[in-house]
Amino acid sequence: MNATAIEIPNSRLTTNRAMPFGRVLNAYLTEAKYETVRMLRTPAFGIPFLCLPVALYLLFAVLLFGAALRADHKSAIFTFAAFDVFGVMGPGLFGFGAVVAMEREHGLLALKRALPMPPAAYLTAKLAMAMLFGVIITSTMIAAALTLGHLPLSAAQCVSLTLVNILGALPFCALGLFIGTRTSGKAAPAIANVIYLAMIYLSGIMFPLPKSMATVAVIWPAHHLDQLAFRVLGNPSEGAPWMHVAVLAGVTVLFTALSIRRLARVG
Amino acid sequence: MNNDCVAGLSGVSKKFGKTVALDGLDLEVRRGELFAVLGPNGAGKSTAISIMLGLRSPDQGSVQMFGESPRRVGARRQVGVMMQEVALAQELRVREQIDLAASYYPDPLSVDAVLEMTHTAPLRDRPYGKLSAGQKRQAQFAVAVCGRPKLLFLDEPTVGLDIQAREMMWGVLRRLVEQGVSIVLTTHYLEEAEALADRVAVLARGRVIASGTVSDIRGHVVQKHISCSTTLAVKEVESWPGVESVSCSQLRMHISANNAEDIVRRLLAADEALEGLEVRRAGLSEAFAELTQEVTQ
Repeated sequence: MNATAIEIPNSRLTTNRAMPFGRVLNAYLTEAKYETVRMLRTPAFGIPFLCLPVALYLLFAVLLFGAALRADHKSAIFTFAAFDVFGVMGPGLFGFGAVVAMEREHGLLALKRALPMPPAAYLTAKLAMAMLFGVIITSTMIAAALTLGHLPLSAAQCVSLTLVNILGALPFCALGLFIGTRTSGKAAPAIANVIYLAMIYLSGIMFPLPKSMATVAVIWPAHHLDQLAFRVLGNPSEGAPWMHVAVLAGVTVLFTALSIRRLARVG
Repeated sequence: MNNDCVAGLSGVSKKFGKTVALDGLDLEVRRGELFAVLGPNGAGKSTAISIMLGLRSPDQGSVQMFGESPRRVGARRQVGVMMQEVALAQELRVREQIDLAASYYPDPLSVDAVLEMTHTAPLRDRPYGKLSAGQKRQAQFAVAVCGRPKLLFLDEPTVGLDIQAREMMWGVLRRLVEQGVSIVLTTHYLEEAEALADRVAVLARGRVIASGTVSDIRGHVVQKHISCSTTLAVKEVESWPGVESVSCSQLRMHISANNAEDIVRRLLAADEALEGLEVRRAGLSEAFAELTQEVTQ
């Protein structure tokens, strides 16, 4: 063995505490980089989330009801927005909730907490990953709508929708993280799935709900993201956009804060 | 606490429901020492270490790491950790695991230096999920030392390692201690503590029941072990003063006694044909067994 490789000069030991901003930033970027690498190396995790929304959109909006929707622009946008929001919800809520729960169970999170990982790097990397998924899902949905779906979207609408979806992924990610910090690796996918399915139907994004259920719809973040998508795509929306943004931001802040608190205290 | 103390627990108690895990525990890790924490299962070792690392809060008492709370990231930047029950990201290669952990520290070693130092260079490009149990421990050790820690926590570091890999890890640990690194080691292998530790604390029922150097702990057991091939009867030897126990196996007699010299003289006098005489003082494992037996009974 080369003796110099193990040398740890004492002079350096005493200056080990301060961390320049550049190194802290590097820690965040490295965490996000390896989170992406891990995801790319497990395509079985990502592909269902990336492919299912666009596959279902093509099935309903092109194969089954293509002719009818071409004649009814408003319904075409309703259908597009439905599968778009469905796509944005999945990775954050279902995927990352389960991943966090598994990593807690496997002790990886405890190790990272014991190591000097910057406190928010773990969650930031997960949030960044959900946003990246949001971009990919939106891009494929827009491509499908413009080509096979015959849905006329302007460049401004495409850009706005992408931005809405990138930020719109955050509340679902926060909810997923919250589930992941509270449940076991086995229970997390089941609980996330129940919330996922309940939200799809009870938020009214897939089917217009009767008026008596309107109050139920507004409690789900999916409803508010759907309304923002309507706004961008030119459909009439309920309520002011700032209110929808406020609800989505509130859900994000609340559940992220609860997750961070839980992770710091219990792991 | 001592000025040389780099981390410690003071009067720490912790309960889980009605179970008392730690009962007013005091532990002190000094600069540049290898400190072994031993104890039977359920003694509170893991709880003590997790409180020292800031992963759990004590119900009572205080915990410090480099004079501040272990929850402060500044304190932890001087710490390396190898946990017993952890699965690193399966998809990442060993060099990537080191690169990621190194990014948390202000002045880490390069990935290649860590690989060389920990003898893990052959594992460099192997995904963690495809390593054997022993290789995973080696990769975790590499992650633990990559940040030039001043204080290293190692929980059962050599479980699953073959003898050669274990000897290599021991070599690295000895050199780190020589360079002033403090190491907290928990292990079930008492020969590991015997070979490496400057100081030992034996825990049982959430308390320290003995602490000191390995010789101090051995000193708790004054017995020595004598073995020989003899035609003398077990019952006869048992009746001699100072003899604690006598047993026979594989044609040899094994005697535990406090006054080994007297017993040896008497054995030689009583049996001229006696051969294969061996006298051995009690090791850490005997001392450990006796200490923990007293408490748990």
